[in-house]
Amino acid sequence: MPVLDLGGILLVSIQGELADNAAVDLATDVTTAVSTTGARGVIIDISGLDMVDSFLARVLAEVAASARLLAAQAVLVGMRPSVAITLVELGLTLPGLETSRTVAEAASRFGVEIREDPERRAARGTDRTPT
Amino acid sequence: MSTDERTETTLPVRNDTDLMAVRQQVRAMAQRLGFGLVQQTKLVTAASELARNTLVHGGGGSVSLEPTSDGDGREGLTLRFVDEGPGIPDVELALRDGYSTAGGLGMGLSGSKRLVNDFSVDTAPGRGTTVSITLWSPLAPFGRR
Ligand SMILES: Nc1ncnc2c1ncn2[C@@H]1O[C@H](COP(=O)(O)OP(=O)(O)O)[C@@H](O)[C@H]1O
Ligand SMILES: [Mg+2]
Repeated sequence: MPVLDLGGILLVSIQGELADNAAVDLATDVTTAVSTTGARGVIIDISGLDMVDSFLARVLAEVAASARLLAAQAVLVGMRPSVAITLVELGLTLPGLETSRTVAEAASRFGVEIREDPERRAARGTDRTPT
Repeated sequence: MSTDERTETTLPVRNDTDLMAVRQQVRAMAQRLGFGLVQQTKLVTAASELARNTLVHGGGGSVSLEPTSDGDGREGLTLRFVDEGPGIPDVELALRDGYSTAGGLGMGLSGSKRLVNDFSVDTAPGRGTTVSITLWSPLAPFGRR
């Protein structure tokens, strides 16, 4: 799972089916990258995930918690509506995780401007265009 | 509907690669049965939780996927998670949000129950655990629930 350095912030895009050990590796990789790059923020894009169960939710929460201990903030982006509905009913609202609508919006929290490519915007489906 | 779709499938649950296969098969079967995206996601998520329990708490086992219908044209999918592990001594306690004997989040059993229409646990200490769930499609216009 690639961790991109956007200059002061990191972007992690989680794609497709994730095995448990891959999720745990991801948490280690992200935390290590925060430390080596000194990043202030970590954007976790989960628009590629069609399911989040309690195992993965826990991994995400742990990434956010260890990032915070390293003085970086994790921001979750791109959760599909069907995943959000399911997570809430499962009983997991991920209270410790900051969220943003788009990668660009998350990046701007850290003063980093990135242009959103049209495909990514299309991938958000029914979301309204931010004003 | 072809006979193929009505056939029961049994998958092993022995490692976390098997968990991925379970999620994929449940998703594919739910799609074939015409479940909507939210329903698919609920069922796949419940399946992931319960299959992981079979693996982690039950020491491994299997899951069977069985399409059903209720005669009113309503389609359902029944999933049965079977292991021969230690069993659950107190099911009511295990179904409490946040209860875990393994340092987990303790949301798998209780949360899965909320995600599906039918949920039952058959277990006895030393004799293993079977958890059965069914999700029904909301298709029938005036269907019973
Ligand atoms: N198949 C099983 N065999 C034995 N015990 C189980 C099984 N499934 C669930 N349990 C028990 O029920 C508890 C709650 O399960 P769950 O809600 O999924 O939480 P978690 O898996 O995070 O511990 C488990 O900690 C375990 O004690
Ligand atoms: Mg569990």
